[in-house]
Amino acid sequence: MKEARGNVFKFGDNVDTDVIIPARYLNTTDHSELAAHCMEDIDKTFIQKVQKGDIIVANKNFGCGSSREHAPIAIKAAGVSCVIAETFARIFYRNSINIGLPIVECEEAAKEINEGDVVSINFDTGVITDETTGKSYQGQAFPPFMQKIIDSEGLVNYINAK
Amino acid sequence: MAGMTMSQKILAAHAGLSEVKAGQLIEADLDLVLGNDITSPVAIKEMEKFNSKGVFNKDKIALVPDHFVPNKDIKSAENCKCVREFAKRNSITNYFEVGQMGIEHALLPEKGLTVPGDLIIGADSHTCTYGALGAFSTGVGSTDMAAGMATGKAWFKVPSAIKFNLTGKLNEYVSGKDVILHIIGMIGVDGALYKSMEFTGEGVKELSMDDRFTIANMAIEAGGKNGIFPVDEKAIEYLKEHAPGKEYKIFEADPDAEYDEEYTIDLSALKSTVAFPHLPENTHTFDDIDDIKIDQVVIGSCTNGRIDDIRMAAKVLKGRKVAEGIRCIIIPATQAIYMQAMDEGLLKIFIEAGAVVSTPTCGPCLGGYMGILASGERCVSTTNRNFVGRMGATDSEIYLASPAVAAASAVTGKLSQPSDL
Ligand code: SF4
Repeated sequence: MKEARGNVFKFGDNVDTDVIIPARYLNTTDHSELAAHCMEDIDKTFIQKVQKGDIIVANKNFGCGSSREHAPIAIKAAGVSCVIAETFARIFYRNSINIGLPIVECEEAAKEINEGDVVSINFDTGVITDETTGKSYQGQAFPPFMQKIIDSEGLVNYINAK
Repeated sequence: MAGMTMSQKILAAHAGLSEVKAGQLIEADLDLVLGNDITSPVAIKEMEKFNSKGVFNKDKIALVPDHFVPNKDIKSAENCKCVREFAKRNSITNYFEVGQMGIEHALLPEKGLTVPGDLIIGADSHTCTYGALGAFSTGVGSTDMAAGMATGKAWFKVPSAIKFNLTGKLNEYVSGKDVILHIIGMIGVDGALYKSMEFTGEGVKELSMDDRFTIANMAIEAGGKNGIFPVDEKAIEYLKEHAPGKEYKIFEADPDAEYDEEYTIDLSALKSTVAFPHLPENTHTFDDIDDIKIDQVVIGSCTNGRIDDIRMAAKVLKGRKVAEGIRCIIIPATQAIYMQAMDEGLLKIFIEAGAVVSTPTCGPCLGGYMGILASGERCVSTTNRNFVGRMGATDSEIYLASPAVAAASAVTGKLSQPSDL
């Protein structure tokens, strides 16, 4: 059973790819360099505080803006184990699946979970548990096709295995 | 079963299916895979992990270094070198070096690489631009680009659609940019999330091709998967000029196609529209705009760097001067547009007015170089995003507007429309 568990960093609506990883750092493809600037323009202290396994929770349209895969890469390389949001921008959604960053859509969880809560997610069932409040939520499960890509840890492995 | 939208028909045809419905996951054959100097290096790295080496078709890949070129620093130079060498190794036909390049979404239609009925993915969010020519084109990330280059295929979730029925005719100084800003203001930055934006109605024929490119270009700013226009006489004229002899297929939406929502937009009722910081949906018209002093104007980008846009800027700036203390930066989107602007004497108008004119590049649009904003500065820009820090300091501000508004603002030094001059 695949699971994620960690502390929550909470963000609002329309978190765009320019604040996730500003364009001035797009002259590199190095994962750790990208991670070092993750969320810099929206929360300068994020990268100092984030621990391996932590979880980002946001509201509507997370990851809107550019197609830069550097955005989910920066988040994943920063150690984030899962992003929960009410909705995701579609290119960000695709990119996350393709690089193997788990993301879950769940409106109720996105609204109710607070900054600093400890949250765990079961990817097989889509169940999100806020251990701080004790409340559980049913996140949207992936269609089998996308599940296969995630299980292969990304599109490249999935295609190679075909 | 209900009829299909124009976008659904193109997807079905490329998946080898007689019909598809919204929500269905399909795998489809691609006509073109695009990448730039930011996204291609990531894709090229991914390519190395595939079992099969090489690209699926050297003629169906387009590589356009445009964001940080001419190279703005050593790291950008390394990225461009990586793309250049990959193109060479794989004999990519459509690699565009500095001197031939332009901003990708202006360049590819101009080169005849995007035609009606095509299925196109690009590792750049504004790949949706080619819908102006009746293609299904959408932005993806670098891994999708890598898979596309290797296999010639991509996976898609078939989108539902919103229909925009256009009527009437735009007034003078009102353009495609005002149409799309109006729409984004109306439906919001996630108003078309995961959906196609299909434009139709008798108003379409009143829009120039450049207006249509601008409108389709910003579908992504409403969260759209693609924006698409029907192929009419104007589009066919454009294709005759830019893609002579190239075969294409025209798809039309079924009369009984289902849409999630339908809007009617009277073009004659639209006014110059400006999106205030920090979201493209924060739109205002000049009825409720007070004195907003500015520091910089940028006219260019894949949204508004085409010849119509450059002509409009010249029309407003002709015989006038850029206000003291204002930096006005004009960037024709491709070499051909640059040349045409030169032939028509537009560059002279700009330089006499006190503006600077640059070689084609994305430059300031994404805060790369060539016009970065300092703390607290304001810019009126014909680009497409006004997110926090997009063009520089996190407390700088971007006001998105048409070329006419941007040029008028350069003259007055504050947010203005041409009738204020
Ligand atoms: S002009 Fe701006 S929006 Fe268009 S491709 Fe370049 S950076 Fe992206």
